[in-house]
Amino acid sequence: MVSSGAATLRVRITYAILLVLLAILPWLGVYPVFVMKLLCFALFACAFNLLLGYTGLLSFGHAALFGMAAYVCGWVVTALHWPPLAGLLAGMVTSALIGLVMGAVSIRRQGIYFAMITLAMAQMVFFFCLQAPFTGGEDGLQGVPRGTLFGVLSLHSDVAMYYFVAVVFVLAYLFISRIVHSPYGQVLKMIRENEPRAISLGYRVDRYKLLAFVLSATLSGLAGSMKTLVMGFATLSDVHWATSGEVILMTLVGGVGTFFGPVLGAGVISTVQDQLADKVGSWVMVIIGAVFVLCVLAFRRGIVGEILAFLDRRRQAANPPNQGSSETHRAAAAPPAK
Amino acid sequence: MDIFGIPLQAFLGQLMLGLVNGAFYAMLSLGLAVIFGLLGIINFAHGVLYMMGAYAGWILLDSFGVNYWFALVLAPLIVGVVGVVIERLFLRHLYKLDPLYGLLLTFGLALIIEGLFRYEYGVSGQSYPTPDLLAGATNLGFMVLPNYRAWVIVASIAICIAVWLLIERTRLGAYLRAGTENAPLVQAFGVNVPVLVMLTYGGGAALAALAGVMAAPIINVTPLMGENMIIVVFAVVVIGGMGSIIGSVVSGLGLGVIEGFTRVFYPEASNVIIFVVMVIVLVLRPAGLFGKEA
Repeated sequence: MVSSGAATLRVRITYAILLVLLAILPWLGVYPVFVMKLLCFALFACAFNLLLGYTGLLSFGHAALFGMAAYVCGWVVTALHWPPLAGLLAGMVTSALIGLVMGAVSIRRQGIYFAMITLAMAQMVFFFCLQAPFTGGEDGLQGVPRGTLFGVLSLHSDVAMYYFVAVVFVLAYLFISRIVHSPYGQVLKMIRENEPRAISLGYRVDRYKLLAFVLSATLSGLAGSMKTLVMGFATLSDVHWATSGEVILMTLVGGVGTFFGPVLGAGVISTVQDQLADKVGSWVMVIIGAVFVLCVLAFRRGIVGEILAFLDRRRQAANPPNQGSSETHRAAAAPPAK
Repeated sequence: MDIFGIPLQAFLGQLMLGLVNGAFYAMLSLGLAVIFGLLGIINFAHGVLYMMGAYAGWILLDSFGVNYWFALVLAPLIVGVVGVVIERLFLRHLYKLDPLYGLLLTFGLALIIEGLFRYEYGVSGQSYPTPDLLAGATNLGFMVLPNYRAWVIVASIAICIAVWLLIERTRLGAYLRAGTENAPLVQAFGVNVPVLVMLTYGGGAALAALAGVMAAPIINVTPLMGENMIIVVFAVVVIGGMGSIIGSVVSGLGLGVIEGFTRVFYPEASNVIIFVVMVIVLVLRPAGLFGKEA
């Protein structure tokens, strides 16, 4: 972070509070399975944001990475009796490989072309999952056991599983933070801001983009695999393109290119769906669509982006000249993609 | 008589089915290409416009007793007006922004519209009877061809040619093409570009709706029909070359036929063959078959 010492301290305190909150959440009467599901989608959205927010690539095919990992993890755990960590790993490796192929083909084009190519490739994965023998077709994989961690710690209870998911989530979040703030992450941001300049400086842009795609795919795979372990099933809706749309919406609502935005967005969208699903039926789709339209028309910076922009404006009003705005703010004000 | 071990009858039947599907792909991707060319917007709502066309036809028949031939004119008009409203209310705010916002906005609109239709009509299909004039089938000697399917193929190819002529050979088309190149300059010559843009989107919507009404007697009319169609049509557009009119028509028909063949020889792959073709084409020619290298 380039921001001033006081701001860094504030950020650290905020994260410490969130961490404590995460640790005590099951004791506050919140349904742990819901929070776990939310964390899985939050991780998925963060992985997606690595690509959209920091590299400027809008993938419309991330459901394939999420869903395929969900199936593979579910299958190795159920049919091969692998332990949960091996299941997660199998899911991640699968997604990494799919991401490698998908990325290699799609990064040849930019912008909407990129979006449509990823969408079409994800559709191939969808039909594969619909027809492949191990996915259970329309029924999906049911009754996936959570298993035992390291052969000793049973994840059967919701609380044990919750802490496992929370730890995985925090580790993955720190990992993403490490990527974004590394020299590699800086290069990604340069590519997003000005690709021709990056090329002229001698960076092999395609390699950087491909690595970003594979990293994002692997983390999406982790999210998908973990979702299977938490919920005990993997279904076609995990690979359906509507899920790709959902993760875009989560990122957009929270704030594209902001660090905490996708988590918040995932929280908002999951809560809306969870609260409304059985009450309003088809209206969920209408409401989600309306949120989409509203975000695109009026709140392109998302919740976190708007807050950061507001704070930035206030700070600039307080002491106008030579304000080096922090990197996070810069990212928040930037358009999502080129 | 057999072809590669497949009875000729079945073979030609699938070929014909492929051509019918290809005709719909061509009409839909043509509209997408025109909208993309002038507005720079990837219209994710194209699938629901097609679905609305089919529903408009069905509602006109079911509630108002309007016959197929009038529905063929009325439904595209109605949906065209909806398209104009969408353009005025939403899309015009996005022209100065990254094209990805257009994709996201139309995606949201598609969700809203599909959700409303699901709420109103459920997900089960409505059937639309074949118009009397085109009922029955003609025996061609080597195969029996349902009249309605023959009509769809002929009519949609005629429509594609008409749209192509409109864009390539008329003054309006010249304005359209010039507008895609340099809107401010065309405006300076006294052409009302915003109206042109509005009519283009309305026209694209009407074309999608026309495909919808024509499809109604062949498939079930359901809120999901657009969702199933749109991804395939995107692939068709990418293969043909984004924004290329001739590319969308040729690749639309061609891919329909390829899909039909696949259904004969290896049915398991018939759903993915178009995406497989897309990947192969993109690896060899990233801009698509008829696209200009960007």
